[in-house]
Amino acid sequence: MICFTSLVPSCTGCLYQAAAKPNAREVIGVPDITLAHGDGGSLTHRLVAEIFLDLFDNPFLRKQGDAAVILSPAGKLAVTTDSFVVDPIFFPGGDIGKLAVCGTVNDLSVSGAEPYVLTAGFIIEEGLEMHVLKRIAASMARTAREAGVPIVAGDTKVVPHGRGDKVYINTTGIGVVMAAPELDCGRISAGDKVIISGTVGDHGMAVLAARERFGLEGQLASDCAALNRFIQPLLKRFPGIKVMRDPTRGGLATTAKELAAAAKMDFMLYEEQIPVAPSVQGAAELLGLDPLYLACEGRCLAVVEAGQSGSVVSSMRRHPLGRHAQVIGEVEQGNGNVYLKTALGGTKYLDLLSGSQFPRIC
Amino acid sequence: MQQWNKYRDPALGRQLLQKVRVSAQRAADRLGRLPAVMEVCGTHTMALGRTGIRSLLSGQVELKSGPGCPVCVTGYHEIDMMIAFSRLPGVTVATFGDMLRVPGSFSSLEKERSKGAEIIICYSPAEALARAAEQPDRQVVFLGIGFETTVPTIAATILEAAGRGIRNYSVYSTHKLLPPVLRSLLAAPDVAVDGLLLPGHVSAILGRQRLDFVAGEYGVPSVIAGFEMVDMLFALDAILAQMLEGRAKVINGYPRVVPEEGNLRALAVIDEVFQAVDASWRGLGPVRQSGLAFRPVLEQFDAAARFPLEVPPPRIPRGCRCGEVLQGKLSPGLCRLFARSCTPVQPVGPCMVSSEGACAAFYRYERSG
Repeated sequence: MICFTSLVPSCTGCLYQAAAKPNAREVIGVPDITLAHGDGGSLTHRLVAEIFLDLFDNPFLRKQGDAAVILSPAGKLAVTTDSFVVDPIFFPGGDIGKLAVCGTVNDLSVSGAEPYVLTAGFIIEEGLEMHVLKRIAASMARTAREAGVPIVAGDTKVVPHGRGDKVYINTTGIGVVMAAPELDCGRISAGDKVIISGTVGDHGMAVLAARERFGLEGQLASDCAALNRFIQPLLKRFPGIKVMRDPTRGGLATTAKELAAAAKMDFMLYEEQIPVAPSVQGAAELLGLDPLYLACEGRCLAVVEAGQSGSVVSSMRRHPLGRHAQVIGEVEQGNGNVYLKTALGGTKYLDLLSGSQFPRIC
Repeated sequence: MQQWNKYRDPALGRQLLQKVRVSAQRAADRLGRLPAVMEVCGTHTMALGRTGIRSLLSGQVELKSGPGCPVCVTGYHEIDMMIAFSRLPGVTVATFGDMLRVPGSFSSLEKERSKGAEIIICYSPAEALARAAEQPDRQVVFLGIGFETTVPTIAATILEAAGRGIRNYSVYSTHKLLPPVLRSLLAAPDVAVDGLLLPGHVSAILGRQRLDFVAGEYGVPSVIAGFEMVDMLFALDAILAQMLEGRAKVINGYPRVVPEEGNLRALAVIDEVFQAVDASWRGLGPVRQSGLAFRPVLEQFDAAARFPLEVPPPRIPRGCRCGEVLQGKLSPGLCRLFARSCTPVQPVGPCMVSSEGACAAFYRYERSG
């Protein structure tokens, strides 16, 4: 059985059977998730059937086994996992469900893998409204469908009120690594160009503004998006793409630093070339935050052989997810440092942030 | 071009940079040493690093950082008090985020939070007051840190609490005032400052006129500056020009924000709630009339009065030279602990952990990796 239930850690036998037609009123009539929804009884079965099995519907889930049995694809596999605890769970441009699918799909994509299957685990805080959970699940289903990847297994737990924060989601993804080119930091060499597929800091700024209810009007929205269908054609067409990353937590600067350190090369980035949306720039200014360190959830950073970099950027720009793609820097011999050439012509050393950014006091 | 964009115009910036370099050279020839300009605002400290100006002028202008970081100038005793508040049962401490990781004698607010203390981060004191109104069974203590820029909004929340009868809100005032500390710095016998970059936001409250004494009484050419690259370069250029002409005036280089007479309404609100008292600054010691205490009529909102606390005498970590850094007497890179045992992740003193601290600015922008 696919075990969507069980508050008891060592549940040995799931009693879930192919249910008789669920009594809609029994679930929908209950407005909130209670601990009973996690105890393996009828409420659990209906929760799973009404929401997850219904919305994520696919042949694997319909089998309702304890595990999904999938065909083993040829070649190498990529596996990744991520947990999502974002607050607030709904924000302009997305929600925790959409994020949970995109985050894992993107980790696979930037590793050169085509997403094959996903799993989704939920830890729900007692008291979460049913319609909220349904909305999140629907968002995940839609995002997964658009990305062309099924959610084949999952789990649900309910924790007492105060022991969670509305809902936490974990997704694990398995992908099939494309034969060539192999994406690897070791391929990075001096002279390569650094490319970003779009504006930076959108997600971080949107979530912060939504969470803190700043009252900043207008155009802050997360860039949350599944990148697999954007990235795959690029990888097929351009063998000169050496490595990719998605700049999530810590933003562009942190991701660049991680790449530079892994490759033991220096990156020189050009401040004036880095695309930042005016709304993000304005909000960041107001608060004394740095967009280079704010998360993106629908962008990829790529290190590309110089000769192909122009074509990669043109190709990216032809796709809706890459309209503001830009070469933002280049690789030099070095030790793993990242430098930023400022608009004034000075050069600044960029480091990993220690601790979260806090807005200035005065 | 949008309003703030022209203050970031790289072409204009490069032109001004060149002008500053030429003037700096002439000033250096005349003085026989590098001209020294001090800023007294944490936001300037960071902005000079962020824009690259400090490193572009290194070897030509000595840019010194003074006591402009409100968190950094807060003494150990005050920090220990803040931590003690967080340990009181039923108390929610509300603070600007910057205070969270500042080390006290024995702990920090961040450590207390991880042990279960209720500490919330606010972008504005209004959030703390709202929290108090929403949770009448908790006492909300807001940590009042900052210079004249933050005091008016904090004072406003106190007046609002008084008006609405909110009895579970109080403020711990460790506020510091800028003009008295400027006097103290400029009167010191070993001061080596040829010009002052004055803080744009504090000046927005005080007004240019209230800072005239810097030039009038101490003969130091000064410019009130904004925080964009063009703002700061313009200010440096204007300071050097005055030096070369042998003049000393306080120029308003940020007229789009700073009025001549200040924000009278804000000043009135401050005056209604607080009165100036002597206060102790980390590194500088006692500075007359440089702190703010509650006026007796509003003392009920003074957290120190509401919760009388005893804290043990402060313990100052060995080797910490924040005090000298704050007076502009020691460049952060020259402190023996800098980037060794004192880093943003494991700070020994506040200058390294505050987002406006000189050591943090140096660590972030001026190291070569």
